[in-house]
Amino acid sequence: MVDFGGWDMPVEYPASGGLVKEHLAVRTGVGMFDVSHMGDILIRGPQALDAVQWISMNDASKLQEGQAHYSALLYPEGTFVDDVIVHKMGQNDYLLVINAGTREKDHSWVRKNVSRFRCHADDVGDYYTQIAIQGPKAEATLQKLTDVDLKQIKNYWFKHGTVCGLMNTLIARTGYTAEDGFEIYVPSDVPTSERVWNEVTEAGKEFGIVPCGLGARNTLRLEGKMALYGHEISDTINVWEANLDRYCKMEKPDFVGRAALEKAKAEGLKRILVGLEAVDRGIPRDGYKVFNQHDHEIGVITSGSPAPFLKKNIALAYVPPAHSEIGHEVFVEIRGQKVKCKVVPTPFYKRSKKV
Amino acid sequence: MAYPKDYRYTKEHEWIQVKGNTATVGITDHAQESLGDIVFVELPRVGAQIDAGKSFGTVESVKAVSELYAPASGKVIEINDSLNQAPEAVNKDAHAAWMIKLELSDAKQADALMSADDYEKYVAEEK
Repeated sequence: MVDFGGWDMPVEYPASGGLVKEHLAVRTGVGMFDVSHMGDILIRGPQALDAVQWISMNDASKLQEGQAHYSALLYPEGTFVDDVIVHKMGQNDYLLVINAGTREKDHSWVRKNVSRFRCHADDVGDYYTQIAIQGPKAEATLQKLTDVDLKQIKNYWFKHGTVCGLMNTLIARTGYTAEDGFEIYVPSDVPTSERVWNEVTEAGKEFGIVPCGLGARNTLRLEGKMALYGHEISDTINVWEANLDRYCKMEKPDFVGRAALEKAKAEGLKRILVGLEAVDRGIPRDGYKVFNQHDHEIGVITSGSPAPFLKKNIALAYVPPAHSEIGHEVFVEIRGQKVKCKVVPTPFYKRSKKV
Repeated sequence: MAYPKDYRYTKEHEWIQVKGNTATVGITDHAQESLGDIVFVELPRVGAQIDAGKSFGTVESVKAVSELYAPASGKVIEINDSLNQAPEAVNKDAHAAWMIKLELSDAKQADALMSADDYEKYVAEEK
């Protein structure tokens, strides 16, 4: 168990066979995660949309009821308070799912920044146990436990329905694994949470479901190049550097961070996030330094690990744009040795789309 | 998994089996279990001199990097090259998947380390 934003969480479940088995279960079958540590902020009121538009970088006016998207909360500097999934629950009702480690900071930041709009921002994280069911067999697993036709829920959409006998349960086709899957939000009392967990375990048995810990959650998201707060995104990294342009809508009404981003774009990028793959033997990891062929330090690894499904050693790193071309060679310092790596296309892993 | 009685053990979870003037070194079952899936083992070159208590290499699992500490001083006379290709052998049987063989500087040095019984108690207390 490790402390994760105040939550006691398993890195892996030895009974599942450990991190690699958990990772592979999600890529090839199904895995389940207790992600109750994720925070939830409800923004409700006549000006909820205006408030969400002001505090997040994606264009929430494009969301339909029952739809969600990836977005981020920014500081006036254009750097990250946090990344979030915004769900449009109703006309004046938005749910923001945020990170555990940044929960209090996010909530106070949101409250402060929505104060001029007619809406309420409520931290409702404690009311929900959030369970992620991920993998090509996630749909078949969850379908046994709900009356909602899961096929009708498209990627990044959600519905409410009965799950394990619990009415009006939020079922979202979202996740953090670069795999198909769902996240369900059930009441957080222990008996209910345990019952749902056990019922999902039972439903997934025929597909070899295993519980997955933080370790697999990290390697799965890394293969999919999904950002992790404190690593690829932080209060010192801006949207352009993090390469999250497509979730940042400069044409929509003004939002916190926009002016700084405009300026940053005009000035040009000093560093950008790239994917690396080790060519030589060695595992690039978080915090390791990146050098050019002349032995000059040019950047740093934000996340790096053996990739259990791809069976390569992969990493994300910030380097100057001149070193960001696909195929470009850089050197990562691993215990005093310079290990050759090359810039590769990302995401490292992309699931094949179902027809 | 039982800890072999003829090995000695360090607090850093290495084992050493002494035979006369030479010794074989590896990591314990407890070490492999806490590391998880081992994917990389980095060992010194044959001929290298290593010192008791100092790092002589590293072992990496998917989630972590861990130093290997020498249970005794000596000269490396053989390394287990097969771990390059199959590091997972350490997970399968840590007490058989040795890492290095040493020509000991002092054949008595390892006597001061923990016995199998002491190590088992040590691990139980650590948990």
